[in-house]
Amino acid sequence: MLDGKHGKGVAYAMKIQVAIGESFDAKRMVPITRAHVALSNQEADIWFAEKLLEGGARCRIAPTVNPGFSLSYFKSRGLVSLENAAMMQRTHDAYQKLGAVLSYNCTPYVMTNVPRFGEIVAFSESSATPYINSVWGARSNREGANSALCAAITGFVPEYGLLLDENRFGDILVEVQATMDSDFKYHLLGYMGKKIGEGIPVFTGLPDHIGSEALTNLGAQLNTSGAYGMYHIVGFTPEAPTLEAAFGGREPARRVVITDKDLDEILEEISLDGRKPVDYAMFGCPHYTLDQVRHIAGRLENKILKRPMYILVSSHVLEMAERMALTAILEKAGAELIADTCPDQPCWEHLRGKTGITDSPKMAYYPKRRGMEFIVRDLDSCIDAALTGEVRQNG
Amino acid sequence: MGKRFRCHKISEGRIEGEVVISKDRVMFYLMEPSTGEVIEKGHDLEGRSIAGRILVFPGGKGSSVVQADGLFQLNLKGNMPRGMVIEYPETVLVSSAIIMEVPMVDKVDRQFYNEVKDGDRIVIDADGGFIEIVD
Repeated sequence: MLDGKHGKGVAYAMKIQVAIGESFDAKRMVPITRAHVALSNQEADIWFAEKLLEGGARCRIAPTVNPGFSLSYFKSRGLVSLENAAMMQRTHDAYQKLGAVLSYNCTPYVMTNVPRFGEIVAFSESSATPYINSVWGARSNREGANSALCAAITGFVPEYGLLLDENRFGDILVEVQATMDSDFKYHLLGYMGKKIGEGIPVFTGLPDHIGSEALTNLGAQLNTSGAYGMYHIVGFTPEAPTLEAAFGGREPARRVVITDKDLDEILEEISLDGRKPVDYAMFGCPHYTLDQVRHIAGRLENKILKRPMYILVSSHVLEMAERMALTAILEKAGAELIADTCPDQPCWEHLRGKTGITDSPKMAYYPKRRGMEFIVRDLDSCIDAALTGEVRQNG
Repeated sequence: MGKRFRCHKISEGRIEGEVVISKDRVMFYLMEPSTGEVIEKGHDLEGRSIAGRILVFPGGKGSSVVQADGLFQLNLKGNMPRGMVIEYPETVLVSSAIIMEVPMVDKVDRQFYNEVKDGDRIVIDADGGFIEIVD
């Protein structure tokens, strides 16, 4: 591939991967069977995708991709400039020609692109890498959007890091004493990256049953507050049947205790002051599942929202919600279900300077530079705030 | 000839330039592309420019997409760092440097960190596997 037999684009992708491999002292390249590319619709993303395309590259492994924004939704409502719409169109065209699966969804690991235990894959997207390593026991390094695209094109990755047994053991024992009684608490636990520190965390003290939404939240926030490719939950994730197995028989390098007070303090730090009036609510960072949409629809039946509510989902969830008549309930209440869209995109210009409310610290972090600022609360408090226009205090 | 230190190649090239040292991890998304100035609040390099300098720092941080876009935006204005010396490589930063063709090395002799000062002129020879502090 390096010598250009498969075209310039493939040679370029392989050259980059060989350089990455050499920098981590990888001994060889190994084939992958799945990939996910964190498409971002930013200039560097388009530049790189088009450069590969001009070199004649096509994906050997068709990767699922992250959302940009829904052209049909935002164009039909006149919410996006011609220039920004043209950019999204270019991104769409480039990835279509590269042969990507145009899923525009940041949670492929719960539905559309689920690896099996031990499968070697290349997943970028900060919530995705920890999920597939930790929950499914598949193997991927914390790929960048560009290195994951190279892997999709060549069908190989250099073998280093989390692909190797010896690098998958825990480093830090994280004893959770906080009450983990909602999916929202996992957002806050994940945001403790500064306290947890560098390495692979091993959580103890969590409930016996943890849902996929909670696990999605945990991984997403670990990689907002830090850089984590993997974690273990003792007695729950597949490579951690026991504490000893999680640490590979070694002693933890560090121990950390997380209490309710820690979670309260981190919420205080990341949220705007809850006494501000709320202009809108936004959910779905990462994209909401059908169950989360059902929960909101249940709460909004025969009610009218005082403030707009935007719920970001995959196209599959949108389709299911329509079939199940959840969309009708939501629309009647004044909530919008939107597919294919990320909060950190130029389609939200109309929300600049307004105060939002969300359950996701990640949503409150990245779109800051777009002038979107958020109060952060649990989902039910957010729904109440959209119904009344203000946040219930001490709730 | 100045003093030489061994290092390990991440991204190829040979380059000479003036050193800027950061104790904090670096996110290229939070730099002003038109000046190369660090705009991240509370960062070790807040208000200083990395444009055309050789950046000596621990490593990168943040999501899987914004690091590359940050470097790309700096490059559009001709304000990328000229080279990078890091301690903790991770895939996102490493692939960004390789793609944007910025010479980068790691695993430098510890002695280098005792001797190098802000404003020194150094040569990075990634292919030759050494850094030289120019007299």
